[in-house]
Order: sequence, then structure tokens, then C-alpha cells
Amino acid sequence: MIIEEIMNRDVHSLAPSNTVRDALNIMREKKIRHLPIVDDTENIVGIITSHDLKNIFPSATNGDSTIITYDTKLEEIMIKNPLIGHPLDFIEEVALTLYDSKISCLPIVSGGKLVGIVTATDLLYTYIELTGANKPSSKIDIRVIDKPGILSNITEIFKRHNANVLSILVYPSKSHKESKIISVRVQIINPLSIIEDLRNKGFDVLWPNLPGVERL
Amino acid sequence: MKNAVFIYSPEQLGYKFTDSHPFNHKRLLLTMDLLKEIQVLSDSDIIPARVATDEEIALGHDQKYMEIVKKAGHGLLTPEQCENYGIGTEDTPIFPNMHEASALLVGSTLQAVDYVMQGKSRHALNLGGGLHHGFQGRASGFCIYNDSTVAIRYMQKKYNARVLYIDTDAHHGDGVQWAFYDDPNVCTLSIHETGRYLFPGTGNVTERGNGQGYGTTFNFPIDAFTEDESYLEIYEQAVREVFEYFKPDVVITQNGADAHYFDPLTHLYGTMKIYQEIPKLAHKLAHEYCDGRWIAVGGGGYDIWRVVPRAWSFIWTEMNDLPLPTGALPKSWLSKWQSESPVPFIPTWEDPNPLYEPIPRKLEIEEKNAQMLKKALHMIRSEANRPK
Repeated sequence: MIIEEIMNRDVHSLAPSNTVRDALNIMREKKIRHLPIVDDTENIVGIITSHDLKNIFPSATNGDSTIITYDTKLEEIMIKNPLIGHPLDFIEEVALTLYDSKISCLPIVSGGKLVGIVTATDLLYTYIELTGANKPSSKIDIRVIDKPGILSNITEIFKRHNANVLSILVYPSKSHKESKIISVRVQIINPLSIIEDLRNKGFDVLWPNLPGVERL
Repeated sequence: MKNAVFIYSPEQLGYKFTDSHPFNHKRLLLTMDLLKEIQVLSDSDIIPARVATDEEIALGHDQKYMEIVKKAGHGLLTPEQCENYGIGTEDTPIFPNMHEASALLVGSTLQAVDYVMQGKSRHALNLGGGLHHGFQGRASGFCIYNDSTVAIRYMQKKYNARVLYIDTDAHHGDGVQWAFYDDPNVCTLSIHETGRYLFPGTGNVTERGNGQGYGTTFNFPIDAFTEDESYLEIYEQAVREVFEYFKPDVVITQNGADAHYFDPLTHLYGTMKIYQEIPKLAHKLAHEYCDGRWIAVGGGGYDIWRVVPRAWSFIWTEMNDLPLPTGALPKSWLSKWQSESPVPFIPTWEDPNPLYEPIPRKLEIEEKNAQMLKKALHMIRSEANRPK
């Protein structure tokens, strides 16, 4: 999946000559936390976040002598030359960029112009969608030996029950080093016959289990 | 005015998928028979069901979807052709006359609504209803048409009522919730096993409504292995505070009986105690806030022998201000049905104590539920405490 599929295209931005007051107003009004600063050719020159704005006003304790007021121009306080992304970036790359650089949004630039913005919240929602938790479904966790062909044996059983699979996640088992957990979201209210078939085929179905009795 | 009417027609049993399907309306027969055996239900209490018209069903469903259901039930479509509408699946297979059977369940709930809203009885019970997973254009989780959704729209249109919907089925009441997600005049409240594993997966505390309807959706997802005490603590606080906050004209409760230890599909480990308490509080608050107007429908409940008949009987006795039935179940009832039941009956109104082995990490589960309750009620609690 690429960023242009999930980015916000309706970006609110300001110019370097706008003031702190303008920034606060637009953030409050549009309920946003990130504001790209663009010049008159829509080229991104900086960024301001609500977090930055909270921290710029001098306090009695930090001894900062710079006087910043509501009329200060954004060019004086914005973060210049922010990290940017491209509409064709993969969302995995963007997630990694946000995580590694400890930032919470990425302006998306194409042809020298600001065309979108992606925030950590957008990425999080995309990951929620990947887990399939936004459609009516049950979840089944299965612990399997980590070797080729296992997934096909499992999906064969879902197919036999004509059960629509919404998502499959595979992750390492913490307690069994040689195993993986396969977590399947399936569009069915009654998973009992599927669970029975999985168990008959020798699969280790982890749910339902008593809490604290068995660790993944 | 009568205290309560019991909506029932034998045709309600026509909502039947297959012999081995977990959703089985034989529950209605078992419950009614049990109530008759203890002589609290007479023929004069029973009001026949009616069929909802297409126009009424359209209050909650797309025309196109209704056409599909009609055709499927008349053998004119293959399961593949119905796939996008959620029918013809293992959960919701096609069965003969499925539109007619589903329309009757919707009409039964409308019948209950009319009795209460026209002042012919204070309360009304339709155990055949409560199909809370039905969506506007799609069947889901055993439910074809959503009788509660249709009934609530019907109450808004015909009686201009402000409606509170309370759902204590172990599964999240998603169909009803999404139907009224933007509507500030309908409040939905659902207490259910967390969707981390269980169907339908939704019903998080953060689902609170949208736009004008923000703040009139409440979700109380409780942990698997919650047990009676914690369940009732959540139920009592949640329901009481939401009643006080929303001040409805009428309340409709969905009484799925699938939170019990014996239920094959869920893991909440409730006992008969919760089914004694749930209708009691609903009844009390309906009198405090709604001049008594209370409509109760059924819902889930997949141990139809040991759990549902006892659990649902308590709703009827509560509606009629009768003392809670206790002690032995009638011998005649037990001997009449035991041969059909694949499991031995519990011969008393109460469950044996203890019913199961103690649960590890009980205190942590209770603590987690209490934390959830705080989050879910935070908004109305902070509003109530704001200086006026």
C-alpha cells in the first residue's frame, strides 16, 4: 500500500509571514495539530505543530530571553526544511520514518508542491484496518510450527467452511521459539466447527484459553 | 391497564436455518411451556405476532436487500448470488420463506411496541426478536432483518419518542448501534464480551457516536471470564447512569441469554444470577423514567435447554411483579423435554454453586472491567459534576 491511498489531500497550511495567532486559530478551528508552512509557490519551507506552539512561550524558569508573542511571525519559530515524503512511498517506510525520527507527521510533496499530509494517527488506523477489526468477525489464534506449507493447510479448512477471511497476521510466539502464531479474523459468528476441524488436524488453537494459564 | 403482554405465534418458529444450527427458536416453546407450567402465563396474556409490511421493514433496510432475501427464500438464487448480502453462508444459510419468517419477527416487535406506546399494557415481551446484528443491506451473525432497528425508527416516526436501547447479549449490538450512530434522539448501550476474539469485534469504549449523535452511543466491553459479580457491577452502574443522563421516553431491552457459563459460543462465565438481576433493574428504571414503557426482546442464547428457558422466564415474572421463581423446576416440564435434550437439565431455577472451577486472575479481570467502566462513563460523569 502506498501513501497516496491514505494521505489527507485537503491540507491546511500557512505562509511564513503568518503569525503565531493565525496558527493557533487555524489549529483550533480545523482541529488539527500539524501545520505545514509553504511559500507562494506552494513549496514547503517549514512546519509547526501544536506541541511546538505550547513550548515556545518563555517561562519564568527557563531564562529564555527571546520574546515570542502572538504576533511573532511563523518563519522565526518554524522547523525549517522538515522531513518530507512522496505519494509513492510505501506506508511501511513512512511508519519507520515516523518511529525512527520521533516525529508525528510527514508532509507529502510531489513536483515541488505540497500535495498531502500523513499523521501517525492515519497510519495507526491503516494498521487497524490491516487487522480486519473494523468488520463483523471472530478472531482465532493458532500456534504452528514455523515451516513451509502450514498456512495453506489452515486456509483449506476455512475454505471448506465457506468462511470469508478478513485478515491474517503472523507473528513469533514468545514462549515457543520454534513456533509462530497465526491470527485470523474471519467473518463468522460461530467458529466452533472450524476450531474443531483445526484441532482434529492437530493444530494448536489458542483461544479460548484461560487468562494467565497459557502464555502465547 | 395490563401489566404486560407476551407476543407469540407458532409461526415464529419458522425462522429456522437447519436442525444443527445453534440459533434455534425452539427456545420460545421451551420458555413458554415453562411459564405455563408454573401458572404465570395464560392464553389471555398472549398476543399473536403480525407480519411487518415491506414499508415498515424499509425503515431499517434497503429495498434491494429485501428483494434478495425474498428471492433467496423462494429458491430463486444460489448461495453465490447472495454472498454479498451475507446470506447463504455457514452462519446465515438460506432457508425456505426466509423473508416471510424474518418479517414476522420484525412485526412481532412492532406489535410489542404498539401495545406499550398505545397504553394497552405497561410492558411487552417479544422473545422472538432481538436480532441485533442485521445491517441495512446485509445479514450478519444469524440475523436477517434487525427488528430493534426497525422498531426504534417506527417509534420515532409514529410516536415521536426518544428511545433508549439496552443490549445485554454477550455479542456487541453492532447493527443497532451503527443504525443510530449519528442520531442524538436514540441512545444505544451495549454490554458485551470484548471483541478482541469474539464476534463481531466492534463495541470498543471509544465508539461513542458521530456528529450530532456523539455521546449517545455507549459500549461496555467486558473481559472473557468476567463472572457474575463484575458483570452486575458494570450493568448496574452503566444502565443507571445512562438512564439518568439520556432521560428516554421509552426503553427497549435486548435480552440475549448467551453470557452464561454453558453457552457454547462465548466465554463470560455468567450464571442464572445475572438473568435474575437484569430485568429487575430495567423494570425499576422504566418506571422511574419512562412511566413504565418497556419493551423487551430476546436475542442470542445457544444453550436452549439449560439456560434460555430459565433466563427468559425471569423477564416475564419481573414484568408482572411476580416473586422470583425459586427451588425446583416443575417435574412435568423436566420430564416432557428431557428426552429431546442432549444434556441433562439443571433441575432448579438456581444454578448449582459453584458451577465451575475458580478462575485464575479473577481480581485482575475485575480491575480491568472497572477501569473500562470509568472510561466509558467518563463523559457523562464529568458533565454531571460540572458546576452549574
